[in-house]
Amino acid sequence: MKNTQLKNPTIKGGYFIIGDTPPEELFIAEEFDEEAIMMGDTVREFCVKEIQEPFFKCGKELVVTNEADKAEVLAILKRAGDLGLCGVSISEENGGMDLDFKTNTLISSKLSYGFSFATTLGAQTSIGCLPIVYYGNEEQKQKYLPKIASAEYVAAYALTEPNAGSDANSGKTNARLSEDGKYYLINGQKIWITNGGFADVYIVFAKIDTDEKLSAFIVERTFEGFSVGAEEKKFGIKGSSTVQIFFDNCKVPVENLLGEQQGGFKMALTILNGGRIKAGAGAIGGAINGLDRAVQYAKERKQFKVPISSFGAIQYKIGDIAMRIFANQAACFRTADLIDKKYNSLRSSGLSDGSAKIKAISEFAIEASIVKVKGSELVCYALDEAMQIHGGMGYSSETGLGMGYRDARITKIYEGTNDINALLAVAELSKRGMLTKELDLVGAGKKIPTFLLSQINPFRSKSNDKEQDRIVKGLKYSFLYISGMAGKKLKKKLIDEQEIILNLSTILQEAYVGETALLKVQKLRGLPDSDKNKLAIQKQMVQLYLYEALEKSKKAALEAIASFSTGSEKWRHIKIINRMLKPYDINPKTLRRNIAQALIESGEYVY
Amino acid sequence: MNLLVCISKTPETTAKIAFKDENSSFDTDGVQFIMNPYDEWYALVRALELKEQHGGKVIAINVGDSSNDPVIRKALAIGADEAVRVDIEATSSFFVAKQVAEYAKSNDIDIVFTGKETIDYNGAEVGGMIAEMLEQPYFSFASHMDHDGSTATVTRDIEGGVEVAEINGKFVISAAKGLAEQRIPNMRGIMMAKRKPLNVIPAVEAEGNVKVLSYELPPVKGGITMVDADDMDKLVKLLHEEAKVL
Ligand SMILES: Cc1cc2nc3c(=O)[nH]c(=O)nc-3n(C[C@H](O)[C@H](O)[C@H](O)COP(=O)(O)OP(=O)(O)OC[C@H]3O[C@@H](n4cnc5c(N)ncnc54)[C@H](O)[C@@H]3O)c2cc1C
Repeated sequence: MKNTQLKNPTIKGGYFIIGDTPPEELFIAEEFDEEAIMMGDTVREFCVKEIQEPFFKCGKELVVTNEADKAEVLAILKRAGDLGLCGVSISEENGGMDLDFKTNTLISSKLSYGFSFATTLGAQTSIGCLPIVYYGNEEQKQKYLPKIASAEYVAAYALTEPNAGSDANSGKTNARLSEDGKYYLINGQKIWITNGGFADVYIVFAKIDTDEKLSAFIVERTFEGFSVGAEEKKFGIKGSSTVQIFFDNCKVPVENLLGEQQGGFKMALTILNGGRIKAGAGAIGGAINGLDRAVQYAKERKQFKVPISSFGAIQYKIGDIAMRIFANQAACFRTADLIDKKYNSLRSSGLSDGSAKIKAISEFAIEASIVKVKGSELVCYALDEAMQIHGGMGYSSETGLGMGYRDARITKIYEGTNDINALLAVAELSKRGMLTKELDLVGAGKKIPTFLLSQINPFRSKSNDKEQDRIVKGLKYSFLYISGMAGKKLKKKLIDEQEIILNLSTILQEAYVGETALLKVQKLRGLPDSDKNKLAIQKQMVQLYLYEALEKSKKAALEAIASFSTGSEKWRHIKIINRMLKPYDINPKTLRRNIAQALIESGEYVY
Repeated sequence: MNLLVCISKTPETTAKIAFKDENSSFDTDGVQFIMNPYDEWYALVRALELKEQHGGKVIAINVGDSSNDPVIRKALAIGADEAVRVDIEATSSFFVAKQVAEYAKSNDIDIVFTGKETIDYNGAEVGGMIAEMLEQPYFSFASHMDHDGSTATVTRDIEGGVEVAEINGKFVISAAKGLAEQRIPNMRGIMMAKRKPLNVIPAVEAEGNVKVLSYELPPVKGGITMVDADDMDKLVKLLHEEAKVL
């Protein structure tokens, strides 16, 4: 799969589905420099000292039910500011560190040790402040960013409305210019606003007059006509503030319009795209946390005179979660690094810092949706199983697993629901293939016959490398094949067949994550100082991941086929998919056991 | 005030301990290393506080090869002004003490800090040896220190109470829990660390007169047998036949 038209093809969003990436080009976590690692350690140490020790380890949950609780959370946020954790994405001249995207992603993954505080700090450093970092003018940046970096100001992002959630551009909140032309008067309401209960600045999206699209405003808490509702009573992340906010002829100075008029919707999406990668990384961090606790418990807990970690049923869970963490985490860091690479290339071609950041993030919208969906599914699964491994103790408030389980659940809902993200990934890809023609999907599809011919040999290859290579290719081609066939058959109606799009999305997700896991091991194999013992386990994780990816994708593919075809046409499609996604002959039981036993020995996830 | 803090690299607390070369050396394969917590949390932080109070500079010193640099840079990230690495393998307490003492002598150091011990070999020897070589007073296991610029008042926890002493002039101190509170390196400190000097200097000659013959892991702990409180006969029998203490 080569695409010679593109200058630097692998730094292209969605390219993974039509072409190959050489393993050396993949960034892997092992390549983080000493500085990034130390920063990650700082975040982890901070979370342990500020959240785990005073709260979680004392059987307490961080909450924001009353003013004293809120003051406590604010004090923690302030100390995070003192450590520089609120300025990670802000430029140095405005009091921050301006770290690259992948270091930010690493930080997000370590923030998961802070449970719901991760949401508070995430809103401060990501959705609440990046609109100003990326789109603000100099005055706006100087006025707000240093204070956000030091946590003197708490930031929030207000897009969702009671009647505008997934359909974010349909909001009713309105802005009109005052008669003297000095203010926008905003009227309306926002809901589910993280940090809203104690924020000082809110990025508020509203339509000016009868505009079709949203604009963005920087609203200060003290502005006339602004008010905050009561704390929502939530299922989880109880330590993060979530409120409604209200605008009653709220007077916002005209200079607080952020970016261009009607530029707000695009801004909102860009911010969410970037946030999704960090949300994915944070979710995976949570999964690691849960897995480590489960492994510890399984080693200590004895039943039938032996540690429960010696049971196959327990090892199945441990091995399975670890394998998923390995693959999904690699995909998160890959995506973050692609954004950095794209940013650097845009900067060297003369683009301004803000524009380069916006373009680089938007470029990888497909990958961002994938890692968000996969990461959030993983953390929910991992914490469910971690609780299961703890048996009754898992259900006790004492272990804090229930809190983790509830906290994890939000990741499937915010930053765009998983359903929306799964649909978006495919919609964005087909836009780039069919509308903007940035990606030559049709050209890639033309290579399907050659691939199929290569798969005719009834004797399965004995080479594991070749097998893995054909699985990743099979995933990509089956996506191209089904999207092509369904598109041909249903034409524009395909967009309304969400079930088929979700089937396609499943294959797309598995192709990206599966390929990344394989590339990572291929790269590690080529590095002279790779840890051999670890690599032996990592190789088995890839085998297991590809096996699962293949089985899951095959089911999705067959379901899609059944949804749009019948009779002999259907049988033809099925035959082709069976050839593209031939079974992978491995022993999943042994692989899970080997992975689990390595974890039980090390006592924690180290891959 | 010129404050010199000895920084040592130790295996992480959860590291699996194994030996090689016929049990004569520690097998570092697959082991993660950290800064010795007594050095990091107490010695270094108290030195930084003193500097903040009285001015001067904090120098972190380590004896070892370049694989120790990440740990040294962490000391810089936490706030040390500069660092020195004596470029040679640390073979014994005496050898290390000699290197540190030589540096302290030629660099007009007012206080040398060490941790009370390293969490790997637990020798608690280096501080005392440095003091002897410098012919200075030594105060070990300090859990508190005040310093008015010329006189230090130091406290050591002892069985059932504390011991307080006063020291004038230059001295060597080893830091125990309580001397200061851990500082997490902040983001700016981490970014500054690589811009601060880390001077690599050659070792001075020092003859070690102690040689480690072998290491041994502690015996595996036996299981616990629960005996019913009413069943005294069984307890006596077990103590006699299994524990062999009666
Ligand atoms: C704790 C918490 C914190 C939050 N923080 C913030 C914040 O700081 N700022 C902010 O602006 N928002 C925030 N949100 C809002 C969040 O982003 C939205 O809840 C989310 O986007 C979903 O919108 P909704 O709740 O209106 O659900 P809806 O859009 O009504 O969705 C309901 C269901 O319908 C599905 N659905 C909707 N449309 C489609 C479609 N076209 N195709 C298929 N399925 C569809 C959804 O996937 C979902 O399953 C927060 C929410 C929560 C719960």
